[in-house]
Amino acid sequence: MIAIETTKLTKKFQTKTAVNSLNLSIKQGELFALLGVNGAGKTTTIKMLTCLISPTSGDAALHGHSIISNPHGVKEKINVSPQETAVARNLSVKENLELIARIYGFDKKATAIKVKEMMTTFSLTEVSKDKAKTLSGGMQRRLSIAMALITDPKILFLDEPTQGLDVISRRELWTVIEKLKGKITIILTTHYMEEAEALSDRIGIMSAGKLKATGTVSELMRKSNTKTLEEAFVSLATKEEVEY
Amino acid sequence: MKALTFAVRNSKEILREPLNLALGIGFPVVVLLLLSMIQANIPVELFAIDNLIPGIAVFGLAFISTFSGMLIATDRGTSFLMRLFTTPLTASDYIMGYTLPLLPMAVLQIVISYIAAFFLGLAINLNVLVSIVVLIPAAIMFIGFGLLAGSIFNEKMVGNICGAVLTNLTAWLSGAWFDLDLVGGWFEGVAYLLPFAHAVDASRAAISGDYASILPHLWWVIGYAIVIMIIAIIVFRKKMSSDQ
Repeated sequence: MIAIETTKLTKKFQTKTAVNSLNLSIKQGELFALLGVNGAGKTTTIKMLTCLISPTSGDAALHGHSIISNPHGVKEKINVSPQETAVARNLSVKENLELIARIYGFDKKATAIKVKEMMTTFSLTEVSKDKAKTLSGGMQRRLSIAMALITDPKILFLDEPTQGLDVISRRELWTVIEKLKGKITIILTTHYMEEAEALSDRIGIMSAGKLKATGTVSELMRKSNTKTLEEAFVSLATKEEVEY
Repeated sequence: MKALTFAVRNSKEILREPLNLALGIGFPVVVLLLLSMIQANIPVELFAIDNLIPGIAVFGLAFISTFSGMLIATDRGTSFLMRLFTTPLTASDYIMGYTLPLLPMAVLQIVISYIAAFFLGLAINLNVLVSIVVLIPAAIMFIGFGLLAGSIFNEKMVGNICGAVLTNLTAWLSGAWFDLDLVGGWFEGVAYLLPFAHAVDASRAAISGDYASILPHLWWVIGYAIVIMIIAIIVFRKKMSSDQ
């Protein structure tokens, strides 16, 4: 089953085209990494798919719901862990999780069950009463992802989830993300090659608003006739013509 | 229900900042005590407790703007608001969630200042209650200032604008510390084109039992409260969509 299907998805900001006629298809349960340098259009793509901004033209369907004609339907199927650690700073870990569950309409009983489940899954039980602002960067990211997952989304967007984290925190977060693979569809944006390589089923390479290539790591290396993902990325991202 | 969940979160965020409590409740009471001490040594009619308390209460409300503005600016700056925009919360949920918790806080702040005034000799009677009620439109106006500032500026600028500019404007142009008639001229004219002096005068009229003099001043405050709130809501909605 197709989880996400974009059709000529385009976003222009005045004279700049941030995303240019993006055609992309992502299967349910797939972990798809969008790889690109800063300004490649990854975050703009995520913002369109999460209904934060409207496309200039084109459309996308998430589990059959159009981001243009049915954004409410889309919002009920997805959740997001934004690039910055978006947690309520003066709320405890438990309260942050409860807040999101309640906003999505969970009753008290269901909220309590989901909060307990998330705290166990993300090893947050010991810090459940700690205020979010007192947590380490890695723990805050973990909480951020738990907040995104507590609503049982069909599609999870992780926008540069390990940006700014130290090596150990990054590896811990990779372990968390790996455990989610296959259970839900995950769209991960990153500019870390090793992260895309370690976690993703398929990778899409974006450059200057265009999707330059998609495929598994080995497919991308074969397409670009290179031996590493980094070489493949450089080759495909700088290539003039678009190849899918 | 969702708006209430969000409002509860916002209350916790504000009340868990010790500086907020110190400034919002402690500072106006300290100023009240200091000016009452001056009054005890050098009797000045302006600093008589029934003249002083309305000015102190209006001055204290300026801090409510800072709380509200800082919270919104922080939520924007940390992308917490962006996360919430991907949830099923509606625009009215955000506006209610950001404004509702501030109103009981503002009333509580006024009541605490008045309780302190009772210990300094303010008579306990119905006029005092009317004087407190008369300040509610001013409270709404200051909440609107905060919503507006938080929607436009970042955390630091909100601190400067609400924390410094607005508190000074309220202090100097409300007639709380000195009689505006004594300065007269353009200064008094400007002061009475703004709402602060009217808010103080309306509350003073109530405390003195001169009910007929309340409304001419209160209309100014109500007018400003409505206009500021409408502008704040429009700017909030517009600014939020452009931030995304």
